[in-house]
Amino acid sequence: MAHHEVTFPITDPAEILKLRAGDEVTVQGHIIGIRDRTQIRIFDQGVEPPMDLTGAFLLHTAPNVRKVAEGKYEKICIGTTTSARMVRFTEGLGEQYGVRAICGKGGFPDVAIEPMQRLGMVYFAIVGGAAALETTQIEEIEEVLWEELMPECLWKFRVKDFGPLIVGIDAHGNSLYHDVQARAHDKLKELYARL
Amino acid sequence: MTTTTETTGRLQDAVLEAAAHLYVWALKDIPQDLRDALAAARDRETSTTGVRILETIHRNVSIADEQKNLVCQDTGIAVYTCRVGEHFPLHPARIYASLRAGTARATVEHPLRSNAVHVLTRENTGPNIGHRLPIVHWEFIPDWDGLDVKCVPKGSGSENMSFLKMCVPADGVSGIKKFVLESIVDAGGKPCPPGIVGVGIGGSADYAMYLAKEAIARPVGTRNPDPLVAQLEDELYGLLNETGIGPMGLGGDVTVLQCHIEHADTHMTLNPVAVNYQCWAARRASAHIGADGTVDYDREF
Repeated sequence: MAHHEVTFPITDPAEILKLRAGDEVTVQGHIIGIRDRTQIRIFDQGVEPPMDLTGAFLLHTAPNVRKVAEGKYEKICIGTTTSARMVRFTEGLGEQYGVRAICGKGGFPDVAIEPMQRLGMVYFAIVGGAAALETTQIEEIEEVLWEELMPECLWKFRVKDFGPLIVGIDAHGNSLYHDVQARAHDKLKELYARL
Repeated sequence: MTTTTETTGRLQDAVLEAAAHLYVWALKDIPQDLRDALAAARDRETSTTGVRILETIHRNVSIADEQKNLVCQDTGIAVYTCRVGEHFPLHPARIYASLRAGTARATVEHPLRSNAVHVLTRENTGPNIGHRLPIVHWEFIPDWDGLDVKCVPKGSGSENMSFLKMCVPADGVSGIKKFVLESIVDAGGKPCPPGIVGVGIGGSADYAMYLAKEAIARPVGTRNPDPLVAQLEDELYGLLNETGIGPMGLGGDVTVLQCHIEHADTHMTLNPVAVNYQCWAARRASAHIGADGTVDYDREF
């Protein structure tokens, strides 16, 4: 299992291509928090996101925060939500906005594999529920847009040593989730025969 | 002499304080039985990724302890279980009002993320309260004057992995087992495994799911008093850990920490099976409130 350190946003697509399903990754730089309502607004309501997402790392999140000034928020507890609910936005994020990494927990179903390969995107699995740790790796909430969707706003976080992340789906058509499900379904046949 | 109004006021305050305390306490400090189950999971896991995940979970729990922070960001839906003594001098209508006020106070004062929305408009309805929120399970105890309150903040990642099947009698017990196995494999990594699989069998469709929720709220590894049901808990626990779903659904030996089953007798033609998942951060906290308004915090229920 290789370990990589990647700084986002990326400018060189090769940064994504070197990552393989099962590798561990630590992330530096800036990441963007996004969630169900944020993406429904972009894709179903046709509202352009007021933030450049080129080469971005998106985190599926809706944080606990404290408002300290107009448009300024302090972190309380920031963690990651289940990704599968938002899989249908994957292609649009990559194709229209140049997003290169999506991070969440629980994985994406197989429908994400083809667009991620075609567009050079990667899915990072974080340890779901490990929000106390994740909060320590977020140095600052630098920007909050679409505050009226609180807590499902567009969040810009500056991170340090964000991880551990596991490459769940790579840009070469491999998905750990697909492999685990395939093996589990074979195993189920064996278990059913024993019942 | 204490008037009825004074007693009512004192008990309302006591329940409100307890609800506010339990909600935050549950979110920050996971129970010892769960810590032990997570440690045993880490010792048992052999896949590299699985071990890495379980070590990260352990590290996260330590950080939450040190920094007095929430273990997980999902403050959930506040679910309370109340065991109300026949002679407890506060009516359940008032107990509910106090649980609701306590949930709101904790959300505003901490502050906690407010998750409650109208189901159609999706607009936020208040500090983790709304129409029929929080949710309370009631049990009434004869010949007793106390009140036990347990708070189980239920996260959405695991709650979304809830499944119901109206098996038929001809499906038998193997139909129940197949449905539980299939549900947990289909859930994959989404409910933050390894967690507690709650299973409700019997009763009716709605009651089976209610029982599954009761099951996830039990201390980890406790067994149903009915030996036949307890045997099924042991068997399913073993089978579920053979599926290979593993920590966070990335493959491994530990898919579930436990399988708990609650049951009810049912109609001769019914065989309902409900599955309710509880994530690894299986948060719960309990308190006992005496008839005089004194509150003891413990976890033995």
